[in-house]
Order: sequence, then C-alpha cells, then structure tokens
Amino acid sequence: MKQSFQMLLRDWRAGELRVLAMALVVAVASITSVAFFADRVGRALVRDAHQLLGADLVLVSDHPWQSGIAEEIARRGLESAQATTFISMAIAGDNSVLAGVKAVSANYPLRGKLRIAAAVNAADAPAQEGPKPGTVWIEERLVTSLSAPVGARIKLGASTLEIAAILTLEPERGANFFNIAPRLFMNVADLPATGLVRTGSRVWHYLYAAGLPEQVTALETWAKGRMERGQRVENLESGRPEVRGAVERAQRFLGLTALLSAILAGVAIALGTRRFVERHLDGCAVMRCFGATQTRLLMLFGCEFVLLGLVACAIGTAIGFVAQLFIAEILGGLLRADLPAVSMLPALQGFLVGLVLLLGFALPPLVQLKNVPPVRVIRREAGAASGSTLAVYAAGLVSLSGLLIWQAGDVALGVTVVGGFGIAVAVFAVVAWLGLRLAASGPVARRLGSNSIALRYGLANLRRHARGNAIQVASLALGLTAVLLLTFTRNDLVEAWRRSAPPDAPNRFLLGVQPDQLAEVKAFFISRRIAAPELNPMVRGRLTAVNGKSVTEADFTEERARRLVEREFNLSFSDQPPAHNTIVAGKWFAPGTQEVSVEEGIAKTLGWKMGDELTFAVGGESFSARVTSMRKLRWDSMKVNFFVIGPPGLVGRFPASYISAFRLDERDAPLMNDLAARFPNLTLVDVGAAVKQAQGVIDQVITAVQVVFMFALGAGLLVLYSALVATEDERRREAAVMRVYGASRAQVTGSQRVEFLAMGLLAGILATTGAAAIGQLLARRVFELDLPPSPELWLAGPLAGLLLLSLNAWLSARKVLSASPALTLRDSV
Amino acid sequence: MDKTEKTILSARGIGKTVKSGSSDLVILREIDLSVTAGDAVAIVGASGSGKSTLLAILAGLDTPTAGTVEVDGADLFKLDEDQRAELRGKSVGFVFQSFQLLPSLTALENVMLPLELRKDAAAEARAREILARVGLQDRLGHYPKHLSGGEQQRVALARAFSVRPKLLFADEPTGSLDAAAGSGVIDLVFELNRSFGTTLVMVTHDEHLAQRCGRVIRLVAGQIAAG
Repeated sequence: MKQSFQMLLRDWRAGELRVLAMALVVAVASITSVAFFADRVGRALVRDAHQLLGADLVLVSDHPWQSGIAEEIARRGLESAQATTFISMAIAGDNSVLAGVKAVSANYPLRGKLRIAAAVNAADAPAQEGPKPGTVWIEERLVTSLSAPVGARIKLGASTLEIAAILTLEPERGANFFNIAPRLFMNVADLPATGLVRTGSRVWHYLYAAGLPEQVTALETWAKGRMERGQRVENLESGRPEVRGAVERAQRFLGLTALLSAILAGVAIALGTRRFVERHLDGCAVMRCFGATQTRLLMLFGCEFVLLGLVACAIGTAIGFVAQLFIAEILGGLLRADLPAVSMLPALQGFLVGLVLLLGFALPPLVQLKNVPPVRVIRREAGAASGSTLAVYAAGLVSLSGLLIWQAGDVALGVTVVGGFGIAVAVFAVVAWLGLRLAASGPVARRLGSNSIALRYGLANLRRHARGNAIQVASLALGLTAVLLLTFTRNDLVEAWRRSAPPDAPNRFLLGVQPDQLAEVKAFFISRRIAAPELNPMVRGRLTAVNGKSVTEADFTEERARRLVEREFNLSFSDQPPAHNTIVAGKWFAPGTQEVSVEEGIAKTLGWKMGDELTFAVGGESFSARVTSMRKLRWDSMKVNFFVIGPPGLVGRFPASYISAFRLDERDAPLMNDLAARFPNLTLVDVGAAVKQAQGVIDQVITAVQVVFMFALGAGLLVLYSALVATEDERRREAAVMRVYGASRAQVTGSQRVEFLAMGLLAGILATTGAAAIGQLLARRVFELDLPPSPELWLAGPLAGLLLLSLNAWLSARKVLSASPALTLRDSV
Repeated sequence: MDKTEKTILSARGIGKTVKSGSSDLVILREIDLSVTAGDAVAIVGASGSGKSTLLAILAGLDTPTAGTVEVDGADLFKLDEDQRAELRGKSVGFVFQSFQLLPSLTALENVMLPLELRKDAAAEARAREILARVGLQDRLGHYPKHLSGGEQQRVALARAFSVRPKLLFADEPTGSLDAAAGSGVIDLVFELNRSFGTTLVMVTHDEHLAQRCGRVIRLVAGQIAAG
C-alpha cells in the first residue's frame, strides 16, 4: 500500500495521471451534482406529500359538482373544504394581468398552511385561515405587474376586492415547475358576484376531505363509484402526478446529461489508461527483471489506481456539491419549496460511479502490464500493448451500460441512450476512417502531393494512422455535436418557432364573450378605430359515442387520445368553412344537415373516418352527426381553430360563448385595459407576454441543464485532449526522424498541419451533420416545425473543428520542434 | 574477493528455435556452459549470432526451446514465471544497453526501485550510498532525461548493484555511449564487481572490453565457437 502510494505520487508528479484524474473528477462532479439536487427534491416531495395535496383526499371536477357529494363528506364526519380555480384578468388602475384565481373556503387547506406576509419582502407567517370575504391575497409577481401593493383595490370580473396580504407559499403548488400565471386567492363566497364562472369558462372545482385514515379510505371507495366523466379522486399516491412527472422528467434529463459526461469521461479514462500502460510497459518489464511477480505488479497498480480513484472521487463529489447549489439556486424560483439539507447518499453514488468507471475502463488495460514479458528489456518489440480495444473495454462498457440503465430508471430508455451513443460513435468512427483513407489515397492525393512534401507526408500520415485518427475524429465530433446543439441548433429551433407565426399573426386572444355582449364588444372595437375581430362561437361538449358505441378513455392507449376523450371538446358552428382551413376530404355540409366537419389530425388520433357518426354531450343534452368532411389547418397560425364544426341549426342551439384571436398594434395595447374594465368577465390573453413568461421558465430549466452540460463539455474536451496526446509520442518520433534526414521545420510542421486540418475539417463536418440531424429530428417529431438548414451552423461547425485542431497542431508543433531530434530519438529507443 | 569454486550458473543443451513464416529459424543450438561464482565472462559475436537471446535465456527472461539452466542451484525452467521473478529479485542484477531507467522516477527513486520491491526498509539510505559510490551524489533528484548517457548508465549500475546480486547480467552496457563515457562505465562495472564479489556475464561486440573479462565465449551462428 505504501509503495502504491509512492508510485501514485511519482506518477502524478510525472504528469502521467492528470488526464485520468481530471476525467474522473468531471464524471463524479457531474453525477453527484445532479444526484444531490435530485435527492433534495425527492425528499422535499416526500416531506410535503400531504401539504402538496392540501388534504388527505381531493375530488376534482371540470364541471360543477353534482349535489350530494359535498353533503356526503360532511355526513361521514370528515372535515371538508372547497376551492374553484380558473384564469382571469385582474385589473388595477391602468394595469391588467392574467391571474390564476383560486377561490377557497375559509378552512382551506385542510393539511399544511398557506404563508402570507403583510408587504412585499416583509417576514411571512403561516395563515390561520383563508382570505376573508371582500379581500384577496396575491403573489409578489402580481404586485409588481399590477403596481398594486397591500391595501390597494383590484377589479376581478364585476367585483372590486382589497389586497389584504402577499401570498408567499402555497403548498399545493409547491413543487410545480411551470406556474405561469401568478396566483390570486379569494374567498369562495365572493365568487358569484364576480360573474366570472359562466358558459365557456374553463373552471376546475375541488372538494377537499381530511379525517381518520379509515374514514378517508371509505370515502375514497364511495366517491370512486360516483365519479362522472371529467371527475377524479386524488389521494397521496395518485396525487399531483403532474408535479412528480414534471420534476421527474427534469431530473431524468439532467441525469442523462450527467451520464453523457460520465460516458465521455469513460472514453477519456480508457484513452488515458492506454497511454499510461504504453508508457509503463518498459518499467514493468524492468520491475519483473528485478523480481516483481505478476500478482505483485497487479496489486501495485491496482492499489495505485484505487487510491487515485478515491482522491478524485472525493474532489469530484466536493465540486458536485458546489454545482448542486447553483442548480438549486437557478431552479429555486420554479420550485418554490424549501429544499431539505443535502444527504450523504448521493456522495456514495458518486464514488460508486467513479470507481466503476475507473475500474471498468482502467483495470482491463492495466492487466496488460502484469503480462508484459521481462524479455522486453532486451527485445522491445515483445509484449507491445494490445490493439484490440473492444475486447479490453468490454468490461467497462458493460458496467457503464448497467449504470446508465440504472440511472435512466427505465431499461428501454437506458438501452436507447447507450445504443444511440454507441451507434453515433461507430458511425462517426467509420465515416472518419473512410474519409481519411479516401482523402489520403487515389488521384486526389497524388495530384495534391506532387508539388509539396508537406502535403504528401501529411496525407500519407492520414492513411497510415487512419485507425487512431478515426477515433480522434469521432471523439472530437461527439464533443462538438454537443456544443453545436446547445448553441446553434437551440437558437435555430427557437427562431424557427418564432418565424412559424406570420408577422401579422394574431397576438391577443379574447375569451368568454357572452352572446348578449357580441354587439357591444364589436362596437367597442369600432369606436376605438380598431378592426373589429371575428368572434367565433364555442360550445363545450364531450364525445360520448362513435357509431352508437360509447367511448371512454380506456379505449385508447395513446396519451393524447386519452386526454382528448377525457376532456371537453371545443365545438363550433358556422355555415362557411373557416378561410384559413383547407378541406382535404369530403364536402362542406349543407345548412340544416346532421353533419360535421373535423380536423384531420384529431380524426387520425381518435380513429374517426368519413361517414362515422359522432355523438357529443353538451350540458344535459346530446346530439349526433356524421363526419362528411375533413379539414387541414395550421395550429401555429395563431388563429382560432376548432376540431369539430357543425351547422348552426345543429350545434347553435346549445349555450355558446364567443372567442376571438386578433392582431393588436402595440400602441393600441393600453386600450385593452378599457376593454377589460368595460367587460370584466372577458379574458384577454397577451400571447407575446404569455410566450415570454413560458420562455422565462424554459430558459431557467435550460440554464440548469447547461450547468450540467458544462461537465459534459469538459469531459468532451478531456476526450479530445487524451485522444490527441495518445499519438503525441509517435508524432514526435516521426518528426525527429524527418528532421534528422534534413526536413526543414516548415516541412515538419506543414505535414502535421495537413494531417490535423484534414481531421479537424472532417470532425467539424461530422459534428455539424450530427447536430443538424438531431435538430431536424427534434423539429419534426417534437416541435412539428420546418427547420430550414442553417448556413451559420454549416459555417461554424467545420470552422470550430478546424480551429480546435489548428490550435492543437500549433501546440504540438511547438513541442515537436522545441525538443532536439537526438534527444527525442534517444528517449524513444 | 571471496572466490570459491562453486558453479553459480550452468546451461546444458540450450536451443532456441522460432517460427519464421512456414520455416523454423534456429537462433541457438546446443549451448553448454558453466560459470563459476566470482568470474567475469564475456559473450561476444557478430550481430545476429544469438548473444542477446542467450543472455535473456541465462537470466530467465526468455525461455529456451531445449535445454536447462541452473542459477544458484535452481533449475530456472522448472520454476514458473513468478518464481523466476523471485529468484531474479533475490540473486540477479541487470544492466542494459538502453539503460531502461523509468522516466517518471528520479535517479534516487530508480535505484530504490528493486530495494523497495524486496521491501527493504533501508531502501533510501542504501540507494544514496551506492549512488555516491558511482559519483552521482549530486544528481539524486534528477530525472533520466536530464542526465547524460554516461550518467544514466551509472544510475543503472547503481540500481543493479543496490541489491548486491550474486550474478550481474550486462547487455552491451557501453553500446549507447561514446568511448570516454563507455570506458568510465566499464571501469565502474569491474570495480563494483570486484568489491561486491559479483559474478559478471556480459554481452558485448567490443573485443577490447571482452578481453578485460577473465573468459570469452564466442558465438557464431548460434553455436559456441571457442570458450
């Protein structure tokens, strides 16, 4: 052990272990930063489970509760509370903002406490009961955007209410990642007077219950049997799956990013160890001459590496701890929950990953050292390092794959990631190998090489080192792909998304116009000299049957289909097809028929065909109609669109509200405050502001991911560095030989430059292709956008490759030329 | 100085054949020799005569295709590789043409290496002492690349003698050195050899150097021509 420690110190001093140690530190730091954060969030979720639900059992409905349910909760002796949530405009003076309104009974929540403060930045305290009638509590964000401090009055629908406190914590919202609309709490008794809950408003109704466990269980069983469509029961296990889902998805993404750095670090470790082994073969042969047994050698190097691993893991864990503070800080605004202190479990995980990486990738090559024949001291060619990397690294690959699958928590996902990475490496390496061979052989090379020695030797080197160089090019390309994706492709996607909305696209949505307000609203626009927006009727109905066969969400497996069936549809009626829709099948219905026109996407999702008879329930009634036409439309046009449109005679007899999308010049924006004041029940959505708000949230998540991506980038650079260093000795020897035989400095550097530049260009092109392909995949599959090819990306990618390897060529040339050829050759005897 | 008549190294019927394509290439044929403790023996021959291979086999670094070698009473090729390593650690020292110093270790650490492998508690003191004997007391902290060829070979000598081997194998010890440095190293080899009572087996193509050994074995095409 002592001797291993001494060897560790000596090898460290000689610089043999630095790349290895750095790769380990990066991998462990990356893994632990995410693990620490995930652990804290996980424990916060467990700790706050009751509070997150606000009760022991919650009943949720998208329409008002049928009578008997609330009474039954009380009859069974459970505590009960109620809440209603919806989105509405809050208006104070000249400002209006969309708020997430929650009207609650005084005893809400039954579990956990709301926290409020007397003013912004004042100390907060738990609230004993909900807001009193006539008052509201608002989040700090609303205070800012409405310029309305505590004591000010705000308009909500037809009511004016006083701001009584600043809401600082709403446990039920605690760990929700995407809280876009700021919260406003009011007393449920004030709700009818606002006039906001009317036809066409999207409102959720909650009933909360708390009591003894057996009472809760009995109530749950009773309630489950009575849930209608659009109603559900949430308990501690099922509760707030969307919260857990969002957090888990973010964590999984961070985790996979961290693993990417671990994989890259593994590659760096493998390359570094190979060089370590090559450099220690002679030493081991000498040690065997002096009597070291094979077991002894294995023990010595094994202990040395384990010691190195422990030290590097400790440093990596410390860095991971610091990085996790940053991640928590960046995402803190989204989490709105106090995270518990760090536990030591993630540190253990970090050490485990670090040691698996080190032993998996370093031990197999180290075994070669033990097997070096002592006769190598006399005949150097004996016992050269084995070239069959695949067999040597099989152990490392298997253990790493295991880790990945474990981290992904999902065999399919893990296998996809491992497989994807493996395929990418293989494709990059094969293309690089072919490219290098092609560049260096045949007529191209002969013609290029006839004039210049540097070109001829450079190209010859490309061919001769094709295998080693291909690995370097593939590693470099991988690292660059990640960088390009994060910079160019990300921006291109955002830009493409912005562009997909035409410049004259509507930027405001107007919701909830009642039929008796139609004329007044139109008159309002005309009197302000703004083009009167087209107001489309909207009827909310639920799909109950297709061709007479009843439909439930259980009939579908696809997530989107289940959601569509579970929720209410927005139906509309019109004599004419909408101008911005194209009919792709059938014919628009004639007035007075029992026919509907449907959007082709939803028809595909739900399996509707031409001629099918659809039955919808609206309120207590229902109607049926046959599908006689299908429409194609662009959702990103920002215009009002409907899945299902029927003739006025059929759909128009149900209660409707009107909806509009229109374009407003920014200079007319203040007029909208008048609109909101004049028609308090309307909801006006500023699309730009909403997008900006969503963008802000996404930016925060991206920033957090970038913290972790920094590690991946660091690991990528280490791979690049170790790949380049791996061939440095050989390059130096070749340069020395060239110089001995009279090559000028320019010729030596020239030939290396040719080699490096060709490699850099190839790596750059590969990385650009990779980033562009992933970008297209994301655009088509995830964002449903057309992503035009980006000239900047195609310029920057290959240029980055060229630049990186030019830098390397320059550094390498300096090293090669600064050493005298005699010394280089003597060293390498 | 304490010359006894004990045989420390003996070889019987050593042969070495390697496959070269489809035919067999004979490198060594029917070599018999024995070396008495304390002797100095030179093995000379033209390039390709098999002298380095013979040295490797005598030292147990390489295995013969025929014959036996006994070192200090032990039949080398009845031992397994690890047992041979132990025997080398106990009784044998080496000096190579290319020095074979570990580049990542200082002069002192290179000399300490075999002592540490034997778990000698006084490794550092002994290494310092012997480096002083070869005149490198001021170069203890230098790395091989900062030493001249002659100095490197003197470090290698100090390393070889540090464990007071019974047998020292030297493979062209002056092969990489100029005349002046070479003769300095050779003087040192003979001086240390005498003072530690080591048996010396040296491969060289330098006739002058060979003559300084008590006995010369001449190899021609893998066979002993004169002994």
